[in-house]
Parts: sequence; structure tokens; C-alpha cells
Amino acid sequence: MKLKLNPREWFGGATEEYQDPYGQPGTGKSTHISIVTIVVMLFSWWLATFLELVPPLFLPSPEMVMSKFVRISCIDHYWQSALVGLGLAGEVTAECQGFSENPLHMHIFWSLYRVFTSFFLAIVTAIPIGIAMGMNRYARGIFDPPIEFYRPIPPLAYLPLTIIWFGIGDSGKIFLIYLACFAPLAISARAGVRSCSIEQIHAAYSMGATHNQVIWHVVLKAAMPEILTGMRISIAFGWTTLVAAEMVAAKAGIGVMVLNAARFLATDIVFLGIIVIGLVAFIFDSLMRRLEGTVVPWKGRM
Amino acid sequence: MTVTLKVDDISMVFPSHEGGSVTALNHVDLDFHPEEFVVALGASGCGKTTLLNLLAGFLQPTSGRITLHGKSITGPGADRGVVFQKHALLPWLNVIENAAFGLKLQGVRERDRHAVARENLDLVGLSEFLTYPVYKLSGGMQQRVGLARALTSDPEILLMDEPLGALDAFTRENMQELILKVWRRTRKIVFFITHSVEEALFLATKLIVMSPRPGRVTHSYDLQFSRQFLEEGNARRIKSDPEFIKIREEILSIIHGEEIDELEARVP
Ligand SMILES: Nc1ncnc2c1ncn2[C@@H]1O[C@H](COP(=O)(O)OP(=O)(O)OP(=O)(O)O)[C@@H](O)[C@H]1O
Ligand SMILES: [Mg+2]
Repeated sequence: MKLKLNPREWFGGATEEYQDPYGQPGTGKSTHISIVTIVVMLFSWWLATFLELVPPLFLPSPEMVMSKFVRISCIDHYWQSALVGLGLAGEVTAECQGFSENPLHMHIFWSLYRVFTSFFLAIVTAIPIGIAMGMNRYARGIFDPPIEFYRPIPPLAYLPLTIIWFGIGDSGKIFLIYLACFAPLAISARAGVRSCSIEQIHAAYSMGATHNQVIWHVVLKAAMPEILTGMRISIAFGWTTLVAAEMVAAKAGIGVMVLNAARFLATDIVFLGIIVIGLVAFIFDSLMRRLEGTVVPWKGRM
Repeated sequence: MTVTLKVDDISMVFPSHEGGSVTALNHVDLDFHPEEFVVALGASGCGKTTLLNLLAGFLQPTSGRITLHGKSITGPGADRGVVFQKHALLPWLNVIENAAFGLKLQGVRERDRHAVARENLDLVGLSEFLTYPVYKLSGGMQQRVGLARALTSDPEILLMDEPLGALDAFTRENMQELILKVWRRTRKIVFFITHSVEEALFLATKLIVMSPRPGRVTHSYDLQFSRQFLEEGNARRIKSDPEFIKIREEILSIIHGEEIDELEARVP
């Protein structure tokens, strides 16, 4: 087999793709380029630590982060437990240490629990309020000032207030993330109500629709794409606020893990936590995009 | 002859941007008889859409009265179906669901309403696209879905505002023939707005020419080209008929004449 010399061909797709010289600038696939970027970043990280350019306290090596991952996620422990359960091994020798008294997945679980509870509360309140604001000037008049006032305030600024109101338990954290999720969702639901064309509304009326039928069968359906976009923005914003929320006396949570690790200068765990936070955010976004693709495939097409 | 739909001395005045008012329609009278195909033609801004919106019931006239079988029209209803120029289908429904939408609103069972919708989609030649998403159809096919949808509630009157305006010339001519065939089959009264003189002549049994500022009906013609087409089936021959061309030139000169008058009035 002959070695391909054109590096564009190594990463697939690039050569078959036709680049329209007179089309919109910047179209075409970029995944293969991104993969190169990621590989280069990981390699430079590794090289910098391998050559000991930076002390490990500031920049731990990829191996260190990886071994921390193995340790605090208790992979060995669970693997052995599974083998014992299947009768393939005698006893569990690896102990589960975790970090801050919890293995990694419990940290992730607690963070997800807080974010999803808040997100759920935001969905059941912000969407109806946003829709009401779009459809009724009284609702708009009532809810506009508080939402527009608090929306631009960074959550960290009202964090102390949630502590005074709710104490340091989970409810304060959930309230903080809830506020972060609420505004983008309410605003997009409100904008979504305006998405349908006057022709669609008139068409429904001229087929004998009642006012309520127009709202249910036309206005709300047409609002779906905007609402889903709002949900995507909202959960991303909620996740961003999480670390701030967990700064206050939480026992477990991915944000707590990072903050405690920083207190002990365990930079490798800080790295690990940041990578996990980033990956979870990425997974959220991909899932939301997929949801959009299945729920509103017509988005932007008509 | 019986009058089904009667426009009686209608005026429509809108507030304008500068704080004054625009008279979109000024004392318009118009009768619609059974099985008539009425086409409105006229320069932009002469009040065609306003007239259609009044007939549909989306607007209430400033003065005058519109009656259907002697009863005043107070709002939109399933007895008057509307076909729009564009953006009126519901993209979250597929072709047959769009076509059956009117019956769904009336609470008809899915099996029954799909049966009616299938018949109408058959009539407009879309029976092979029943489960297609509408956003994947071409513009001409989307307009046919719009027509089938308007037919599904079996309205007495079909109102169409430039339904072929966004189509290419070839698709447009096919659609004209299709609309005439649907009209003959369903025997509905049609009110049709267009900017194309040729289209107007080809379709109309009654052609009204409107004029702007203030909007009014200036000319009215009774025509037979559409009935002739339905008997003979040769559109090209009719459109090149000397009689057809003569009337076409006459109407073009009316519309042109008005534009020139208007220009001269503005540029002394
Ligand atoms: N809702 C409205 N508010 C204010 N003015 C309006 C409104 N609707 C129509 N008009 C005015 O009434 C006049 C007639 O408008 P209309 O849309 O009926 O014209 P048209 O004949 O349909 O024109 P076109 O051929 O461009 O569609 C125009 O001068 C327009 O500016
Ligand atoms: Mg118009």
C-alpha cells in the first residue's frame, strides 16, 4: 500500500468535499481539523510535563491526572466487586478512597441532581410564564421588570442572599441554579410565541378554529424551536452556575471536588474536575441538539 | 340570478404612519354568483388584499356591509377557505395532516378526516406524498397542499391571494390549469388575486380591475376563456387567440395609462 502524502486525506472527508469558491465563506467540514487541534493540545501538555518545563504543582502530567481518575473513580474496586459478584474472584482487595469522602461518580451524581432539579423547576415555571408574557400584555407588564432586572446580574452576586434566605443546604444551591436557568428560558418562550406567521393564524381561523385552538395548534407548536433553543442555553447556564453554587459548604459535587482539591493544592484533581465539567457540558449540548433534531426537524426550514 | 356573497358599499380606512389616514377601499360594490371565478387585478396598493381580508372576515369594514346569503360576515369561518401566497402551511404536520387540519379542528375522527384529505390531495395530484414533511416539498407542491387544505372544510367560497405569485412561469401555468379543473369539479365560488394580466384573463369568468388612492373597482369584464379551456383543454391556443390578446392589450393599457397619469400627477 502506498502511503498517502496529502495530510488532508489522513483525516477523512476533506478531499472529496467540494469547496464552492463563490459560495458562503467558511462552509465545509471542520471536524478533522478540530481533532488535530485536540491531539496537538494533549501532546503539548504531555511534552511540557515530560520535559519538566513547569513544576507539577502548576501543571500535572496527563499520566498523573489519569491515575487520579482511576483512583478516585474507584474503578478497580467496582471491577473487582463485579468479578466477585459473578463468582470469578475471591475477594475485593482494592479499596475505594474517592476524594472528599466520595468517589467521582457520587460527585457527578450530586451535581447532576442539583442541576436537573433546578432545570426541571425552571421548565415547569419559566415556559408557562414566558408564554403568558408573549400572549398577554398584563403578564408581560408584571414579569418584565423582575426578569429584566435580575437577568444581567452574575449569580455570584446574589449567592450571599440565597445563603441568608435558604441557609447552606441544597435548597439554596438549587434556587441559585434555578434563577440562572429561569431567565433564558422565559425569554425564549416569550419570543417563541411570536414565531408563527400571521398567515398560519389566519389559515387556522378560516378553517373554523376557535381562539384556543389557534393558540394550542398553531402558536404553541410554532414556539417549540425557540423554546428548545432556550432550554439548551438554560441548561448550559445552569451548569456554569453550579460551581459557584457548590462553593458554599456542599459535601459532594463536582464543583466541591475542584474547590477542595485546590485547597489542598491537588492540582491533578483540579484538572480532572475541570475536564469532567467540560465533558458533561459537552454531553448536555449534544443531547439537546439531538433532541432539537427529533422534536423540531423543521426548524429554520420554513 | 341569485347572489351568494354581496359586497355592499364597502369602505376601509386605515390610520397611516404620518398620523393621517389611508383609504384602502372607497365605496366598493361587488356581487359573487354561484360558480363564478372572480379575479381582481390592479397595481400594488389598490386594496386587493384588503378586500380579500374583508371577505375572509379578518378585517371589519369602516363602512358598508358584506353579506353571505343575506347574513353579515362578522369574522372568519369554515365557509370561506383561504389560500395564501406563502408561509401558511404548518411544518410540524406532514402533507396529509396539513390537508386534514380543518377537520381536526372540528373534532372529526382521524380515519374520516384522512379519507377526505386523501381525496383532495388526489385532486391536486399529491397522492404519492401523503406522509412527506411539507418543508421538503417544492414551492408548487406546497401551494397544492394549501389548496387541498382549503378544500377539506368544503367551503362555499375559495379566497386566494396571489397563490401563484412565488412560482416559476412553467409551474405557474400548470397550477392555473389545475385550479380551473378543481374549480369545475368542486363548483365553488373563487375570488383570486393576481398581478398577471394573462393569468387573470385565463382564469376569470369575471375580471375586476382596481385602481389605487383611493382603492376602487374601475372596470369589470365578463369572460369565457376559462370555460373554453375546460371544454377544449388547450391553454396555449386560448392564450394566443386574437380575442384574448386584444383584451389583454386593452387591460394592460388601462393599468399603464393609470400609472402614467399617476407619474404625471407627481412630477409636474
Ligand atoms: N393594516 C394596515 N394598516 C395600515 N395601512 C394598511 C393596512 N393594510 C393595508 N394598508 C394600506 O392599504 C392600501 C391597500 O393595501 P393592500 O395590501 O390591500 O394592497 P394590495 O392591492 O394587496 O397590494 P399588493 O398588490 O402589493 O399586494 C395600501 O396603501 C396599504 O398601505
Ligand atoms: Mg396584496
